Formats: sequence, structure tokens, C-alpha cells
Amino acid sequence: MQEAVKNRGREEQGAGERVRVQREDFDPGRELDMLARGATDIGAVVSFTGVVRDLPGTLHYMEIEHYPAMTAPAIEAMVAEAVGRWRLGACRVIHRYGRLKPGERIMMVATAAPHRVAAFEAAQFLMDYLKSRAPFWKKEVAAEGARWVEARDADEDALKRW
Amino acid sequence: MIEVVYFAWVRERIGLPRERVETTARTVAELVEELKAREERYALAFSDLSALRVAVDQELTGFDASLAGAREVAFFPPMTGG
Repeated sequence: MQEAVKNRGREEQGAGERVRVQREDFDPGRELDMLARGATDIGAVVSFTGVVRDLPGTLHYMEIEHYPAMTAPAIEAMVAEAVGRWRLGACRVIHRYGRLKPGERIMMVATAAPHRVAAFEAAQFLMDYLKSRAPFWKKEVAAEGARWVEARDADEDALKRW
Repeated sequence: MIEVVYFAWVRERIGLPRERVETTARTVAELVEELKAREERYALAFSDLSALRVAVDQELTGFDASLAGAREVAFFPPMTGG
């Protein structure tokens, strides 16, 4: 019975809810607040938020394209692996697509675990996999023209450590 | 009949996001050869396979993958999520 109460928070978040692919913005504070609400076996919550960067100051916007039939299932598989491997109490991945301006949020990963090492590692694992294995493509449209962001070898190499 | 979908610069080079293709190809590589033989824009898009990734029925795979029973093949550049 006590176990049922303890687990209620994560059941309410719903299995289908832990991965969201959407055009709209999201509220990181609210997401973190909801992540492990009600759970008493969570000691650590880690989150990463990716933001559209414009170092040269010439970017008009970024256009993020994705493969709708594949995106959520592919991310869900990564999340399932992370949850199993680091025994996460809760996990959330939100990734936006469409036209995003500099400074806008692109995506967020949040992990909750009994201890911080697991939460940090799982978040890094998810970030590394999202970077190279989630079917998104970014196009930068800037004053000097449009270009597709190229995958970096370093990103592919980052997968080897897992 | 197989649904072939393209993303990012592959879509731009070929000039359409998806098409239904009548094919007898047994593998992804054979399908690529058929497409390349069609027109210059396909030959251009598929000129360097090391710059491309492929998914069969939404699962990442290699160019030697079988198309037996496949419904959808997607071609795209290396992904840049996150």
C-alpha cells in the first residue's frame, strides 16, 4: 500500500508522457516540478536545456525538421534504456521542432534517481544519443545564407563511452 | 510498392519529401542504384553514401539491409538532434 502511494507520482505522469516532440515551447520549471512529484525514493533530479545559440550574431532563425513516424519511438527506446540502466525513478525528454529564434529553448532532458551519479550519467547518455540518433536536422538561416548544421565526429565518438 | 522519404538536404536535392516507388530491389543498396539511374538529381543526392543514413520502417539500418516486407525507406544526412 505504501509502495502504491510512493509510486503514484510517476504513474500520474503517464508512460506515454515521458517523451514529447512538439512545436510549442515548454516550461522547464514546471517540468522539473512535475517530474518526481510524490515520489519519496528520489534523491537527485538533473536537467539539461538546449537553447538556440547565435555566437556571430547573424542568425535569423533555426529550422528544425524531424521524422514524425520515427522520432518519438526512437527517443522512447533511448529513455527505456536509460531508465533500466540507471534505475531512474522518472525521466522526461522534450524536443521541439519548427522555426526557433536565437535564445529560444530547443529541448530538455530531465532525470530523477535515488543518487546523483545515476541522474547525471543518464542525462549525459540521453544527450549523447539524442544528438546523433534522434531523427532531427537543423538548418540555420542567417544573414549570410542558409546551411544545414553538420554532425560532428566528436558527437559520434561520444556514443562510444556508453 | 515502397514509400521512400527524404529529409534535410536529401529532400532539397531530390526536390520532394516522399514518393511511392515501384521497385524490385532486394536491398537498400539496390534501391539506391535504381534511384540513381533515374535522374541527375538522384545521382547527385546519392553520390556519397558515407554522408547518408538510412532507416527501414523507422529503424536505423545499413545500406545492405533487406527490403523484404519493408513499407517505408527513409534517406537523410547524419542526425543533429539535441
